[in-house]
Amino acid sequence: MVTAKKLEPGGKSDLHTDHQILNMGPSHPATHGTVKIVLEIDGEQIVDMEVMVGYLHRGFEKECESGTWYQAIPYTDRLNYNSAILANLSFCMAVEKLLEIELPHRCLWVRTLAGELSRMGDHLTRLGAACLELGAMTPFLYGIEARELVWDLQEMLCGARVTANYIRIGGLQRQVPEGFEDRMAQSLMRIEQLLVDFDKLVTANRIFVDRFRRTGMIPAQRLIEYGVTGPLLRAAGIPLDLRKAEPYLVYDQLDFDVPVGTIGDNYDRFLVCQEELAQSIRIIRQCLPVLRKTRGEPVDVDDPKIRWPAKDRVFGRMEELIQQFKGVTEGVKVPAGEAYSAIESANGELGFYIVSDGTGKPYKVRCRAPSFMNVAPLREMMLGGMLADIVPTFDMINMIGGECDR
Amino acid sequence: MAVELLERVGELLGDAVIDSHARLGDATVLVDAGRIQEVLGALRDSDLRFNVLMDLTAVDYLGRNPRFEVVYHLASVDTEPHGTDPARLPHRLRVKAGVLEDPCEIGSATSLYVSADWMEREVWDLYGIVFKGHPDLKRILLYEQFEGHPLRKDYPKERRQPLIGPLN
Repeated sequence: MVTAKKLEPGGKSDLHTDHQILNMGPSHPATHGTVKIVLEIDGEQIVDMEVMVGYLHRGFEKECESGTWYQAIPYTDRLNYNSAILANLSFCMAVEKLLEIELPHRCLWVRTLAGELSRMGDHLTRLGAACLELGAMTPFLYGIEARELVWDLQEMLCGARVTANYIRIGGLQRQVPEGFEDRMAQSLMRIEQLLVDFDKLVTANRIFVDRFRRTGMIPAQRLIEYGVTGPLLRAAGIPLDLRKAEPYLVYDQLDFDVPVGTIGDNYDRFLVCQEELAQSIRIIRQCLPVLRKTRGEPVDVDDPKIRWPAKDRVFGRMEELIQQFKGVTEGVKVPAGEAYSAIESANGELGFYIVSDGTGKPYKVRCRAPSFMNVAPLREMMLGGMLADIVPTFDMINMIGGECDR
Repeated sequence: MAVELLERVGELLGDAVIDSHARLGDATVLVDAGRIQEVLGALRDSDLRFNVLMDLTAVDYLGRNPRFEVVYHLASVDTEPHGTDPARLPHRLRVKAGVLEDPCEIGSATSLYVSADWMEREVWDLYGIVFKGHPDLKRILLYEQFEGHPLRKDYPKERRQPLIGPLN
């Protein structure tokens, strides 16, 4: 603690004016997961800082290399645990690229819907938690109530609320259950209501605006140099969205907008995420009629070497039983080669660079994690800023320890 | 599209390109590791405008010579505004460079792309490849006392190096 001393009789002050070193984290309520920030501060102003990541490193790549391709999918759940389905999706799309397979029509639509649902869960957590960490408990509860509805729907789809493990190489874990579309339509209405309430509570709140406006700013050009993507880049005015720039799944058939900010401060980031929630709802509303219309159609590729048969067939017939046994014990044989495939996750470009040597195991699984890339410019965003601005900036970056440290 | 891009890249880089392919639509060039900074600089500053280094990683091909391959994923993001249209991403390119086991080093891209800073630290941390010219090459995901580089294929997965607690 720096304490002020009494003034000397000559009138010269003897205040300690040295810079102070302050450790923030690794266990700090505002650092999601664990990250350590070593700060050099002059009073409350940040003179220099170093961001130290890696506290949640679990050897994701090394673990993937020791199992089959299928066994890597649950690991991808644990990257960004706020939007697990998007990580499943990105990994499976990379493997499918190497396999060169075409997916059934219905599968693409269900994947799009599940991905947007996952994105909503991520954004709701980010917005709610941002308020909570600034001391506003009530908006957090509205955000979390909406997220509960999202997670209920996710539970209907795959049985899990957080670590979904939903997307499979060449298909989906299971068919969409009966009554899902109606439940979804109802939940969306309730979520929209909650978002309006949330907006009324927060967006024009004087204290909130003061904390978010003109904090954590960095020029768009620097973000490009840092390789930052996603809502952070869009808030700075560059409308890069892979769903539009390189349409995958069925995004080229959907009608939605890419919201952008103007100056790229935390407030813009907040507004961009709010609008993206509305756009996700819009996308899901366009998916629902297709899901209703295509009910009963297959969601898996019809190739037992890639996707083993459904359980009802496995338990009744010899051939399918053998196929499932082979599928589980040996896994899918991915042809030798390399592929990179990326999707627009809730935080930006989530890509997988995979190398196969033709055996049933991955030779290399590299995850291009948006959290890792997005947290690198934090130092530059904060230099010259105030100590208290770290919390809203860190919230809007939405660094997820599991994905950043892998 | 990838084939046309490769032709343009080939013209630009000349004899620095050792091999190239466009399998699965991913334009890929294998370049001379000694000239990696020159290659990346040319790609960034030419009219191809590869302004984003999206990803940087390495692969350990144990038993092959050169043993390692450093892999760069470049993207060209159109940052000019087009009214209300979303930004375009006209092309991507994968650049690979072989790195020997000894000396296990390659030039750093940090002077060209800021994003290379953390990613090169990660590759050093997990593969032990030295990036010459990196301003502060130190471990990023693991702790300083860690011995070895775990993503090398000859690093046993079962090996434990806890800072506290029992060893195996």
